[in-house]
Amino acid sequence: MTPPAAGSPAPSRSFASILLAPVKLVMGIIDVPLRALQKATGISGMAIFFLAPNMLIFGIFVLLPLAINFVYSMTGGTAFFLADRTFIGLDQYDRLFECSNYLDPMSCQEDAFWTAVGNTGWFVVLQVTLMILVALGTALILNRKLRARSFWRAVFFFPVLLSPVVVGLIWKWILQRQGLLNFALFEMGIEPHNWLTDRTWAFVAAVGVSIWAHMGFYALILLAGLQAIPKDLYEAAEMDGTKASRVFWRITLPLLAPNLLVVVVLALIKAVQVFDEVYVLTGGGPGTSTMFLTQYIYETGFASQLRNPGLAAAASILMGLVLVVLTLLQLGIGRKTEPKGGKK
Amino acid sequence: MGQITLTDIKKSFGAIDVLHDVNLHIDDGELVVFVGPSGCGKSTLLRVIAGLEKVTGGSIDIDGRRVNDVTAAERGLAMVFQSYALYPHMTVRQNLAFGLENSKMPKAEITERVGEAARMLEIDAYLDRRPGQLSGGQRQRVAIGRAIVRRPVAFLLDEPLSNLDAELRVSTRAELAALHARLSSTMIYVTHDQVEAMTLADRIVVMRAGRIEQVGTPLDLYNTPANRFVAGFIGAPHMNFLQGEVAERTGDSAIVTVAGGVRVHLHPVEGSMEKGQKLTVGVRPQHLVISADPTSPKVKLRLVEALGSETVIHGEINGERLMAVLPGQQRYRAGDEVPLDLEAAPLHLFDENGMRIFSTPGTQRRLSA
Amino acid sequence: MGAASRFIFRRRGGKGWHWTDIVTWVWLVGGLLIMFGPAVWLGFSSFKSPAALAEFPPTILPYVTQQVNVEGYEQPLALYEASLPDGSTQVLAEVRRIGIVSQMVDPNAPGEIIRVNIGDRTPVRTMSFATENYTEPFVQFDFVQYLWNSVFVTVTATLITLVVNSMAAFALSKYEFKGRSVAMLIILATLMVPLSVIMVPLYSIISAIGLFNNLWGVILPTVATPTGVFILRQYMLTIPDELIDAARMDKASEWQIYWRIVLPLAAPALAVLAIFSVVWRWNDFLWPLIVLSRRELYTLQVGLSIYAGELNVQWHFILAMTVVTMIPVVLVFIFLQRFITTGIAGTGLK
Repeated sequence: MTPPAAGSPAPSRSFASILLAPVKLVMGIIDVPLRALQKATGISGMAIFFLAPNMLIFGIFVLLPLAINFVYSMTGGTAFFLADRTFIGLDQYDRLFECSNYLDPMSCQEDAFWTAVGNTGWFVVLQVTLMILVALGTALILNRKLRARSFWRAVFFFPVLLSPVVVGLIWKWILQRQGLLNFALFEMGIEPHNWLTDRTWAFVAAVGVSIWAHMGFYALILLAGLQAIPKDLYEAAEMDGTKASRVFWRITLPLLAPNLLVVVVLALIKAVQVFDEVYVLTGGGPGTSTMFLTQYIYETGFASQLRNPGLAAAASILMGLVLVVLTLLQLGIGRKTEPKGGKK
Repeated sequence: MGQITLTDIKKSFGAIDVLHDVNLHIDDGELVVFVGPSGCGKSTLLRVIAGLEKVTGGSIDIDGRRVNDVTAAERGLAMVFQSYALYPHMTVRQNLAFGLENSKMPKAEITERVGEAARMLEIDAYLDRRPGQLSGGQRQRVAIGRAIVRRPVAFLLDEPLSNLDAELRVSTRAELAALHARLSSTMIYVTHDQVEAMTLADRIVVMRAGRIEQVGTPLDLYNTPANRFVAGFIGAPHMNFLQGEVAERTGDSAIVTVAGGVRVHLHPVEGSMEKGQKLTVGVRPQHLVISADPTSPKVKLRLVEALGSETVIHGEINGERLMAVLPGQQRYRAGDEVPLDLEAAPLHLFDENGMRIFSTPGTQRRLSA
Repeated sequence: MGAASRFIFRRRGGKGWHWTDIVTWVWLVGGLLIMFGPAVWLGFSSFKSPAALAEFPPTILPYVTQQVNVEGYEQPLALYEASLPDGSTQVLAEVRRIGIVSQMVDPNAPGEIIRVNIGDRTPVRTMSFATENYTEPFVQFDFVQYLWNSVFVTVTATLITLVVNSMAAFALSKYEFKGRSVAMLIILATLMVPLSVIMVPLYSIISAIGLFNNLWGVILPTVATPTGVFILRQYMLTIPDELIDAARMDKASEWQIYWRIVLPLAAPALAVLAIFSVVWRWNDFLWPLIVLSRRELYTLQVGLSIYAGELNVQWHFILAMTVVTMIPVVLVFIFLQRFITTGIAGTGLK
């Protein structure tokens, strides 16, 4: 984004002005009471007025849930209204951590939770590592002297905009028994496979699809980082006759490191929350092989038969702690390098 | 219409005091220039008058009415901003009309006033352009036009020429002076450029560190600066200052030694000067002359700048730096030793606190080694 | 050929092929196939009839076996090109199949049954777009309602987001007041609060204020995005304060300053946020899934996922509705892609 361009030419106003006429009228009417308010409260009062709606909504729908989540996790029963729930202290946490053998998640009372934790852990490690490698490769290639670079950049970015449901369905369609992948393998003489009903392959598919869907975003940030590296450094290295591999290890990578760190942490934060596209793709199955933490929380909290919102709240707080650590890490890195936003 | 009185104005941002007890009266129709180095509080003072900043203490009166609690919009002032602050998404016409529309003026009168101001400033050809499509000088005119259409009690101008290139600055300066003569309304003009201050002002207010150092006509300030700061700030190149002490004091004459032994003979002197008193002697570079007497103290030249019409020499005398502007073209080179004298040079003497002891062009002076 | 091949085979430095040139082109062309291929495949598949979808091996374009009404048969019969024992070929309609023998008739002379080995006949196929895949879900199922719900949620949430976020950003970028840094801190600290962490208590709040099974329950929790406030504030900081001062001298009220000066000048950032918001809200899945439990309230994403999760999976409808769900995002991608990519590269937001 660029600051307001002083030199931008005037677009044709006629159509816009017709469109804006009712807006103008409304804004003008609103202005009357607001002038009175301004007279009464002064300019700083107006600041509060401007901030209030956002903070109000934000308070009710983000801060308040965040706060009562702790209380929630210390109550039992299936009721949703906090007043109807009984206080049970840390029982929900005890339940999550109650195992007869701490080395075997299946011996825990909430084995589903630990399965989800284990799945999420593996997913995070695999997905983030592979995705960052692919994104870095893509960014390096897009940073070369390419014709139509913005076209190629768009190609890799395309899946990022797709909804998780669409992503899940596209790949479900391709990976099904009579799908495109099996056809392609069949043509190559390889036995078709039931990708989504095999425990291992379903997990691999979840990782792969999630990389497919998000890689472009990270490639884009890394590309921006690469393009911010001053060109004269490369020219200087060329004058010195530096080998290409050495240029990569000694110039590109160190200068990209801050961006790379930010990207890794962002990807970690996102991967811990993995849910939507995998849920649509596999429904968490077969069995529980692709059930991740968010799905566990969702099902524990809302699945009608064995609903336990308190347990779900406790699990979500544990997940929140992991995210807090990652966020602090990200803010710490961000402060050291340059101000960076988060992502929604 | 257009009298502004400031009484004991104080302003602080948090723990930082920006203005200390500023007192000033500005008469109707006067063009007053606030001048001083950056950070001296001149812009803050202007914004306080405008109503964009609230004062911490003291009172502001416009035409006898206390306006401390009156908002910027209702003080009846107009301001020209350093960056011009033209609304980039509006045409020139809309820029000029915006303020008038906000005060619910009838459309016909708005059109008339905008047209009048545009003609006066010769910007009628670009009324339908946006600021982004104008040159710096044109934008500057629009900014002034936006102030004029308001028919304000007084104009406040915050470094209005600082974004123009040197040549345009000189011509616009002249136009501003003409505009002031024509509108004959009160103007307060803030600048850090003492040349602008000297050429435009009816009165100059020199500020430093949140205080007014001196108020006076341009020549007052030039001839009798109240202190070392004003002396150094007004006039270009800067006044030379030589540290010294009173060697002898007899009747109405005195001898002051400066720069490690050079003796300045003064006659007559006024004010309190005791033998042994430390003081500073100030002399403008233009007032130093080459001495015909070879026994005069010699300045060793470090740099000679030949400007054609004059020659600026930078030299050293017993370790003290000295600069002189000599008329015409001189055949000196760095390393030469040149005898200097004061002849009829006005001298300015400042005490240890930098306050003026006296400065007068009528004193007899002579240098001796 | 010349220009195209010169373009495609353009090499680094122009002196022979470097291995990195090969990697680059493999990567780019492979990327093109992998990134666009699945969506394109989905698009083509969505026009196939259920029978064509069940075919293996699949074809790219939607083909159907031609059928014909033959006198004396109630059902339309499939047309085949059959090789007859005498070596000639003829277009025949299949009456029934017994083992490896197909009983066929000539559509023009339906009296006589001709027996043909099934190896000697190939179906007569024509391209046919099964547009009923698109029309039927709209007519028979609730997809029109889902579409409307999605549009309503997306448009409303985006408008409220723009207004509420820009007001807050204006306050946080152009005013000095007590509590400003606290508000900023809260916003920065919660940039990363994901739905998964607060979904249980948020649900209880939504139902407590009666917004369960209500589209507003989907909209409201999303509109006060810290991200939006953050983007807009960063941008508004670049609007010179002198403009605001000038407007104050011009007798503009603070509200006028907001909508006549700051909003028009923040238009580029507002556009970026609007695009983001449209994509976010259109794609939202988990939260609508939790809040909406009545069919007539489903958004497209929820409706589609639930429909796809049902036992009797009707892929031809699902594929078509997936394409419909994808369309707005694809349009955004085609027309505003550059806007988004520079926006992301500039702010690190998604």
